[in-house]
Amino acid sequence: MRVVWAILSKDLLLEWRERARTLSVILFAAVTLLLFSFALGPDVEALRAGSPGFLTLALLLSSTLALNESFRLEREDRALEGLVMRPVGATGLFYAKALANAILLALLGPLVVALAVVLYSLEVGPGQTVGLIGCWMLGAAGLAAPGTLYAAMTSRLKTQDVALPILLFPLVIPVLLGSVKAMDLVLFGDAMGQLPSWISLLVAFDVVYWTVCGVLFRFAVEEGE
Amino acid sequence: MITFVSALVVTSAFMLLVDRHEARIRQLGSWLGPVFLLAGASTGLFLAPPERHMGEVQRIMYVHVPAAKIAMLFYLLAFVLAITSLWTSKPRWDDRMVAAIEVGVVLNALLLVQGSIWGRATWGVWWDWDVRLTTSLVMFLLFVGVLALRRMASSEDRRAQWGAVATIVAFIDVPLVYFCVRWWRSLHQVQSSPETVDPMMVLPLRLSLAGFLLLGMAGLLWRARIERARRSSDETPLPEKALMEETANA
Repeated sequence: MRVVWAILSKDLLLEWRERARTLSVILFAAVTLLLFSFALGPDVEALRAGSPGFLTLALLLSSTLALNESFRLEREDRALEGLVMRPVGATGLFYAKALANAILLALLGPLVVALAVVLYSLEVGPGQTVGLIGCWMLGAAGLAAPGTLYAAMTSRLKTQDVALPILLFPLVIPVLLGSVKAMDLVLFGDAMGQLPSWISLLVAFDVVYWTVCGVLFRFAVEEGE
Repeated sequence: MITFVSALVVTSAFMLLVDRHEARIRQLGSWLGPVFLLAGASTGLFLAPPERHMGEVQRIMYVHVPAAKIAMLFYLLAFVLAITSLWTSKPRWDDRMVAAIEVGVVLNALLLVQGSIWGRATWGVWWDWDVRLTTSLVMFLLFVGVLALRRMASSEDRRAQWGAVATIVAFIDVPLVYFCVRWWRSLHQVQSSPETVDPMMVLPLRLSLAGFLLLGMAGLLWRARIERARRSSDETPLPEKALMEETANA
């Protein structure tokens, strides 16, 4: 646990010192939200109705940017092999990296939700804002686990930028649907009491993938015998 | 439930018998598969009665339902083979795993095309965001992604390990996709059971199912054999390969 914390704090410290990745991810998410409004035109009602989807897509698209970068430093001088050989092993490395990615994506939440409120003229109270950010965080956790597993593999490919979305996007459809529906219910009311089901789906996805990807990570980073 | 148990039985039988009887299963599937498929198609087209509401268009079910069931079976097989490949690190399991995925993807593509044709005739649209259609499409994309990843990997070891990891993750995702899309919306009718349809409709369905299964198994084992040959060709040092080619030409 101590070593996981050490790798996690190393990643977060580097992120804080460099800030380039964080800033580019924030900017990318903001530009994505802006582009959706151009694609749909100035129809405020349509923008408002589509806002849960736009928010989730902004998270999904910016996550590939963050995930692609998460193994950049470890790729240099074959540092990844060195880390895997440490006593922490591959599983610890996975949880540290996935947590760092989840935290980075989760931190985006409040900023992007605030921007969406302004751009799409959303009328939200404090409870709805907390609900939206909560849905975002569950979505971020669901993307971070499989995203980290795949990023570890694709970071060693020449076609990394193409490979990660091809693998990740179909896989995270449950996260996409769960987040969109949950945000929709938070924003526009939940007369049928469906919100708990969608939150359960998001939590189930998070639990399954944080467990499975943790177990499989060593096969993704260790060379075969 | 019966379908799931049958799939488990076929998968277990395959895993137990494949090492000892590979050539025999391949030959059996290659010869009997087309015979069963032909029998299924003939009985489905000429002997089975037309469905009361859908009419003649329902006959596509005799290839559509077997394609769906056997595609799922091959994905299950690929999942079991992926675990075995990771567990044993033996290349032959990886060869079979990639072959199972490829057969599954071909059947899945067939399923999507057939479903689309049927949907156009019955629902009036080529595509609907229904639970089964959407799940089938996502499944197709997931496993095509696994094949793409294998192609991109530079070494044999990485190809085997990454392919197995991606296969396990993709297979585990399928039930989650199914449930989330079902909650999202559904239009596709629920499955019929043999007790509720004409016996002459059940016969072509079962014959086609056997045909798809046998031909799929043969396809899997032929493809695994090609993969094995490619691997051994890649592993043969260049001077030896040149000598072998020279000997073969002489």
